[in-house]
Amino acid sequence: MAKHKVTMTINGESVTAEVDSRLLLVHFIRENLDMTGTHIGCDTSSCGACTILIDGKSVKSCTYLTVRADGANITTIEGIAADGTNHPLQKAFHDQHGLHCGFCTPGMIMRSIDMLNTNPNPTEKEIRWGISGNLCRCTGYNNIVKSVQQAAEEMAKEKEATV
Amino acid sequence: MIPANFNYHKATSLKEAIALSQELGEEAKYMSGGHSLLPMMKLRFATPEHIIDISKIEGLSYIKEDGDMLKIGALTTQTEMEHNTLLKENYPIFGDAVWLTADPSVRNCGTIGGNVAHGDAANDQPALMLAMRATIIAEGIDGEKTIPIDEFFHGFYMTALEPSDVLTEIQIPKSTKNSGGAYYKVERKVGDYATAGVAVHVELDEAGVCQEIGIGLTNVSAVPMRLERGEEVLRGKKITDDLIEQIGIIAGEDCEPESDLRGSEAYKRSIVNTITKRMLNKALERARK
Repeated sequence: MAKHKVTMTINGESVTAEVDSRLLLVHFIRENLDMTGTHIGCDTSSCGACTILIDGKSVKSCTYLTVRADGANITTIEGIAADGTNHPLQKAFHDQHGLHCGFCTPGMIMRSIDMLNTNPNPTEKEIRWGISGNLCRCTGYNNIVKSVQQAAEEMAKEKEATV
Repeated sequence: MIPANFNYHKATSLKEAIALSQELGEEAKYMSGGHSLLPMMKLRFATPEHIIDISKIEGLSYIKEDGDMLKIGALTTQTEMEHNTLLKENYPIFGDAVWLTADPSVRNCGTIGGNVAHGDAANDQPALMLAMRATIIAEGIDGEKTIPIDEFFHGFYMTALEPSDVLTEIQIPKSTKNSGGAYYKVERKVGDYATAGVAVHVELDEAGVCQEIGIGLTNVSAVPMRLERGEEVLRGKKITDDLIEQIGIIAGEDCEPESDLRGSEAYKRSIVNTITKRMLNKALERARK
């Protein structure tokens, strides 16, 4: 089977590799690039633990071919704490105790980034629907919702400050 | 889970896609969003030798009204449909369905063309297409073809598309001020396929008489199903509460569900009855607005 040369930007850095057609993006990120913040949960696009951003949109990387990401701009959980300062969502999950075991957290945060970009001021219902493709088996979701609410407020303030 | 080996090919134009398909033969499959086909490949339910990626083809992602038709490009994602103003204002049935289809991250990838071309009676869009009497436009070896929706679904994962055909556009009669549609499905949890779902589209005349009616059912038959007997009863009549009650009963009788992990046959017939009535009422309410 032929190998394919792919080039993509991951967390601001250009990456080039030769990959098999069937290599899933989550495996490429975890095993080839050694970035294990992106988790594999159900492996069937149900749980959202593997959520990353492709060109700004949340995508379940267990159901995405690496070859298809050729030319894409990818962000993983490793890429959101610019200069070592936590992203408002990371800070909020810490402040609000939005995690227990933490397995779902990277996916929750990457999904929430896309949600807040599309809808900067979501209602509680919109947050719950917005993270409906990300499963958490510990928190019961309430603290996750609070975390997203806190981050939304903080990101709105940041935006105001930069305008 | 890792799919069985296959060869990936990227098509950058329709012409290239069709040529590739012709060259590679029946063991080649098109992939757009990949969120139906790739899970099947991971489970080895599907083992194509070649995947032709059509997701990068330009010009197949749009939603517009043109003449007396609403036209949706096949590569339009579910997310694009969810946020589209024209659909929100004039075709709320799409919002009903998209909101209940998979989850936001899957909808970022999944396309309307893929949802229909997959030929799965468990997918949500086929019922909408039946209710709104869509026309499927496809491009094949011999050029463009136009397929009425009633001739499109042939069987379990089988459609009128030839192996080399690419579904390019969906056309739906433009909405009028007296038309309305609604969709709902019962699901066990977010992201699940429907236990059962019902799409209704109705067009009234000025006097409130039903001129056109479409009722499509999700996941209660091997092939996406039109509720023909129910439509016949309503066409040309003023739709009353008694008639709606009667259509609910017909829907429960005529659907063809099987007992499975989502519920017993009797339970599914019962929810088809109930959702049909609710969606008839909701579609009528929207048509009368």
